Amino acid sequence: MEKYSLRINNKVHEISAESEMPLLWAIRDLVGLKGTKFGCGQGLCGACTVLLDGSPIRSCSFQLSEVGDNATITTIEGLSDKGDHPVQQAWIKHVVPQCGYCQSGQILSAVALLGSNPTPSDEQIDTAMNGNICRCGTYNRIKEAIHTASISLK
Amino acid sequence: MFTKFLSRKQQDPENLSKVYIPSRREFLKIGSLATGGFLLGVNFQCSGPKGDPISFAPNAYLILDSDNQVTLIAHRSEMGTGIRTSLPMIIADELGADWAKVKIIQAEGDNEKYGDQNTDGSYSVRMFFEPMRQAGAIARLMLINAAAGKWEVDPSECRTEKGQVIHSDGKTADFGELIEELKNQEIPKSEDVKLKNLKDYKLIGKDVPIYDAKDIAIGKAVFGADVDIPGMQIAVIRRSPVIGAKVVSFSDEKALAISGVSRVIKIDGQGIPTGLDKALEGIAVLADNTWAAIQGRKALEVEWDLGPNQTYDSARQLEEMVKSTLTNGQIRREKGDFSNAQRKAKTVLERSFVAPYYAHATMEPPVAIANWKADFCEIWAPTQHPQWARTAVATALGIPEEQVRVNVTLLGGGFGRKSKPDFVVEAALLSKATEGPVRVQWTREDDIHHDFYHSLSAQRIKVTLDDEGKFSGWNHHTVFPAIGATSTPDELHPSDGELGLGCIDFPFEVPNIRIETHESRAHTRIGWLRSVSNIHHSFAVNGMLDEIAEARNMDPVDMLLDLLGEDRNISFEGEMKGTFGNYGEPIEKFPWNTGRLKNVIRRVAQEANWKESLAQGKNIGFAAHKSFLTYVACIVEVDKGANGELLIPNVHYVVDCGVPVNTDRIRSQFEGGAQFATSLATTSAISFENGQVQQNNFDGYQVIRMSQSPRNIHVHIMDSTEKPTGVGEPPVPPFIPALCNAVYKMTGKRIYELPIKI
Repeated sequence: MEKYSLRINNKVHEISAESEMPLLWAIRDLVGLKGTKFGCGQGLCGACTVLLDGSPIRSCSFQLSEVGDNATITTIEGLSDKGDHPVQQAWIKHVVPQCGYCQSGQILSAVALLGSNPTPSDEQIDTAMNGNICRCGTYNRIKEAIHTASISLK
Repeated sequence: MFTKFLSRKQQDPENLSKVYIPSRREFLKIGSLATGGFLLGVNFQCSGPKGDPISFAPNAYLILDSDNQVTLIAHRSEMGTGIRTSLPMIIADELGADWAKVKIIQAEGDNEKYGDQNTDGSYSVRMFFEPMRQAGAIARLMLINAAAGKWEVDPSECRTEKGQVIHSDGKTADFGELIEELKNQEIPKSEDVKLKNLKDYKLIGKDVPIYDAKDIAIGKAVFGADVDIPGMQIAVIRRSPVIGAKVVSFSDEKALAISGVSRVIKIDGQGIPTGLDKALEGIAVLADNTWAAIQGRKALEVEWDLGPNQTYDSARQLEEMVKSTLTNGQIRREKGDFSNAQRKAKTVLERSFVAPYYAHATMEPPVAIANWKADFCEIWAPTQHPQWARTAVATALGIPEEQVRVNVTLLGGGFGRKSKPDFVVEAALLSKATEGPVRVQWTREDDIHHDFYHSLSAQRIKVTLDDEGKFSGWNHHTVFPAIGATSTPDELHPSDGELGLGCIDFPFEVPNIRIETHESRAHTRIGWLRSVSNIHHSFAVNGMLDEIAEARNMDPVDMLLDLLGEDRNISFEGEMKGTFGNYGEPIEKFPWNTGRLKNVIRRVAQEANWKESLAQGKNIGFAAHKSFLTYVACIVEVDKGANGELLIPNVHYVVDCGVPVNTDRIRSQFEGGAQFATSLATTSAISFENGQVQQNNFDGYQVIRMSQSPRNIHVHIMDSTEKPTGVGEPPVPPFIPALCNAVYKMTGKRIYELPIKI
């Protein structure tokens, strides 16, 4: 067992865990933040996406030992205080979710995309979002919501 | 889903789902709440197994409190269709509530209180539209009577709007102000309860955002795995790799050596048949976190007796199934004399269609939490069928149902998978064994390996054209392992229920029809997946119809309109060898109307500029299919991308689902249905070798990603005053053949096998 200080959503959480434990399980089981979802455990579906220093990572396939001491982690709960991040607002406006399970990961991938490319084209959205599976089939509304958020972020 | 598909125990209440006319007696329950609020319970009368009326405790609760909040209970499971919004919305609209002040709470599984809660078969809106309106209308009348009494005016001069009773002279009272008066109200007479006119609704027929949208967007929505109980152990289970395999011996030494692992417990499976609601044989590793449990499972050493399915090979079975379609099968529908039509035919077209097993692959893998304490088992689970979960848990634990409570979380997808309570039973067994709270967490590999799969299928359709080129005969052979075989292995033919999904309900005016089935055995657990056997039946039937149109040199849209004949109700009378299920509804109540299908066909052709687009050389395909009593027509356009990949630039759907309830959720179901069907048609397939599933995760069992999604999905909703019907499943069946027919336009090759290979 190793000790880790995880800075998640601007709060430091002290945990003890095996160094191989994926960040996902530390966030869900040890820290108790449940907004980050388990989908595949292999980095294939994106349900577990969180931001590590602003970049999207698949937390199910990212070991605690790789996180680094000064890294900042953002989960869906930390994206905004009142649920009013422009991407969250766009998601609500377009009523993107169906079952909703994949949407935390989708939203964080979208936030990362808009962080690096504030006005993405459809093709750029496809490329950035292709790692996030939605089984209900909300892809088109996700795309519309990203365009909407892109405008409001300007 | 249809009771016919369920285990025998579940089959008994044939009419479990028949909920229509509220009874007068025991109709209402009025109560005061400790908090000072007002509670109204409306009883939806259900008919019992023999049609006897059963009185249940009041089961649609509506709570008013003094700060004007209206609390409504959602008794159906939310898996993404929007039902948790759409049903309460009906009550609220009829009541005249302020939607912004409506709170929705989820009901636990309780047959006595809520009647049918099996959220499946696209029937929640169909079943509950009228009872929900009734509930709202009763509450509205009582509020009006209360206000009228207070004001000493005639109730007929009052109406409700936005959470207020309003008198014609302008006086208003908030609902919350009327609680004291309400408590003294008499139960209204049924003749006084009047429903609003459709045109007067403010929510029904409009785009209403889902209740949970914000919670989902901020990560606060609670799914199955998100429930936390202090001291809870997490279990991950190594299940029999082949259906029917039994544990010979196992060693837990290495698993227990892993930090965090606390116990290893064997779960006894019942072998073959597995049934639909039993745990599979397996070894569970319990730990204080999920990762440790996963690691512990890896370290297990298990010796299996793999049993009779260890040589099962799905490709070989499919070949045998295809061969069987060349022989005479069991006749399930017969009209005229197909053999005679064949003898006289000028042209005979004969085609074979095959489709693979499919897994549900809900984004949330199965998960359930059980807390056994003092002979009582409390469950939290993402279940489509909380009552079945309750029964199955009670049976597995050997306790009465009253000692089981099933709380329903949001479902991270369902598609039929989460009707089956096997994963809930696992959690209950382990919680009882450890006398503490347990979460059973399935990994994605568990989900892909141990699903209740959509059956693989083989079909052969033989069509005859007479001297004049007229369509004279239709002979459809279908063979697929039946859902029933999961409980009763000797059920070798598909059930009437499964055939009523796009096969024996072939609605076209062809003088000679023969529909036959053949034997096949189930070697895995077979279940139902979004639209069930409509998936493969519509693929074959609509693919064949397109080919017939071509052979007859006809436009396929024109041909279908012609084949549907006059606008009329059809009944298939005297033609069925078994029962025509009509999705559990009497055909008099929900007739098969050719005019409604023709209308959606005409409209889709118009919306997609069918003829002009064909003339322009666009690669478009068409199909129409009625399922779950909803009429749908679809036109799909395809193109080839720069790297030869399949692109789907446009989809047009027209749907007639009766009165549209929540138009935004109708559209979202069709948008999602097109994407779901694109996966089935182009990327997904499960196969077995040596009795074991060959795919493991989303790398092997692929579902479409954003770049593969249809681009523009146009959903056109017919205005209708017919009884509303569901939209969860109906988008899937017509899409697949419309796509195949479009691909044919592009490549010149007909699609006879799914998934499509380009």
